[in-house]
Amino acid sequence: MKVSALSLQNKISPEDFAPLGSDHFRDEKLETEEIGYWKASWRRLKKNRIAMFALIVILILLVFAFIGPVLSPYTYDQQVRGDEGLWPCMAHPFGTDRLGRDILVRCMIGTRISMAVGIVSAVIVMIVGSIYGAISGLAGGKVDIFMMRLVDIIYSVPEILLIVVIKMIISEPLQNLIDNTPSLKGLQRIGPGLIAIFVVYGLLYWVGMARIVRGQILQLKNMEYVTAAQALGCSKGRLIREHLLPNCIGQLIATVMLQIPSAIFTEAFLSYLGIGVSAPMASLGSLASEALNGITSYPYRVIFPAVLISLIILSFNLFGDGLRDALDPKMKKA
Amino acid sequence: MQTIRYIVKRIGLAVISLFAIVTITFFLMNLLPGDPFMSEKATAENRAILVAKYGLDQPVYIQYGRYLKNLLKGDMGTSYVLQKGRPVATIIFESFATSMQLGVRALVLAIVLGVSLGSIAGLRKDKPSDGVIRVLSSIGISMPGYVIASALMIVLAVNLKVLPVTYNKPGGWIMPMITLAMYPTCYLIRLTRASILEVMNQDYLTTERAKGMSEFIVVFVHALKNSLIPVITYLGPLTASILTGGFVAETVFNVPGLGRYFVSSISSRDYTVIMGVTVFYSSLIVMMNLLCDILYKIVDPRITLE
Repeated sequence: MKVSALSLQNKISPEDFAPLGSDHFRDEKLETEEIGYWKASWRRLKKNRIAMFALIVILILLVFAFIGPVLSPYTYDQQVRGDEGLWPCMAHPFGTDRLGRDILVRCMIGTRISMAVGIVSAVIVMIVGSIYGAISGLAGGKVDIFMMRLVDIIYSVPEILLIVVIKMIISEPLQNLIDNTPSLKGLQRIGPGLIAIFVVYGLLYWVGMARIVRGQILQLKNMEYVTAAQALGCSKGRLIREHLLPNCIGQLIATVMLQIPSAIFTEAFLSYLGIGVSAPMASLGSLASEALNGITSYPYRVIFPAVLISLIILSFNLFGDGLRDALDPKMKKA
Repeated sequence: MQTIRYIVKRIGLAVISLFAIVTITFFLMNLLPGDPFMSEKATAENRAILVAKYGLDQPVYIQYGRYLKNLLKGDMGTSYVLQKGRPVATIIFESFATSMQLGVRALVLAIVLGVSLGSIAGLRKDKPSDGVIRVLSSIGISMPGYVIASALMIVLAVNLKVLPVTYNKPGGWIMPMITLAMYPTCYLIRLTRASILEVMNQDYLTTERAKGMSEFIVVFVHALKNSLIPVITYLGPLTASILTGGFVAETVFNVPGLGRYFVSSISSRDYTVIMGVTVFYSSLIVMMNLLCDILYKIVDPRITLE
């Protein structure tokens, strides 16, 4: 084809109309891989060095509490004759008390109690609080107002007072029940003091959680995707399970994590006042309180449990803070 | 108008809460096994006479009605066991005077230290001083009361011998005060720091700087004032924390305050003292919470009333 020199037409050839190769657009694609919520959170968490360090400390403490006693040559209530009142030495790295009990193994058991109390209480709080909050938020109207007034009232009850009273009341009947029912034998060792703490957590401490969950549900309820799901005929149960819960789970977990140290705090406080675990079971609070009388001559008996309990609470606090920032960056405190 | 309605509603709620607490405690207390006279060296007959004398043989709801009636008249009854025959109100006010001396000192220390250190940390974000304050407050917030008490005792009383162990000696109030103030101080540091950081990013401060105001006025007059609002909400829980913290501090340091009556009254089934202490503590906590919430709404008009 002849083209005039003045023509403005582009030169075209049949090759220009050939289909492009399959990898032609590869370079233009944005290089972001799809990552899910959990993976993204984990990445954020991994970058937080303090939180990761706290996580490692928590894992070490878990090993110390749950595997340590198995490896120890002593048991927590074994009184070694001739080893009474020893300072820390090779045979007893943390020393012994005046009955010849090894303080290291008693501290391990105490750590186990503290961790168990923290985790079990947090789980109780999460279950009761999130169910209550979700019902209140979803129901709305008069039901919601009534349920929240109840929360306001419970919120103002000084819980420490009630823990003590409830513990005293349920101690005896509970002890009888445990002694007479073979299937509850496992509870015998932890004693009614701890069970009272769980009962009170189930009764009183969930209110904070209920408020948070209700707030979340109220916010999510009005979102368009929920309306869309409802329009498509989604049932209430499915709505909660598949749409509402996954969207507030991050905040839920973060709140639960921060509940653990608060429960450990309460247990330590009660055991210290002598109304936590029953002897000869040891908790870090009761160990410190037993040792306080001899603080001038045997300071190490106070120091080990005191340092351990602070370490436990500190690492849960730091990890909880980090987890909250990672799971819910919107909530991040500057 | 709205504010008044809110206040009335909150007072109503506080009254209902208190009523609920009194009722729950009264019936729970009567579920406790044993009676106030179980330790008494008396024949069954004499014990029966004592029980009848205080009306404890009547049905619980009648006892409850009578207690409530007397309580509304301001009569809390007399102690059965711990200080036999003395009016509960007198016991509470005498021992609470001691607890309050200690508590108020701890409260002032916590607020002064907490707010000032928190402000320093917030204003000097990411500088070394901020780091040190943050680390110390994280550690402080993780120590239960008895850990602080034991640490103070080992260091100050046993090793350095600068302070006495018991409360009655001169300077004996210093260690219990620090024990009580530690947790609230560290909590306030974190709260103030977070609040300052939030306020410092606000546009109105940039506007002020643009208008040429000195940094001093921007920070101390405009930023601090707004950042202290969340601190007000913490004053209610702070009081509660110092009150319950008193249980431990008073036991460890032998302070003749109200805290130690609480546990001992329950174990000796001294019904009137249990009720008296519970009513007193809960009223104090409920009232402080009420006061803080109302103050909060008045100080910060941005907060929408329900």
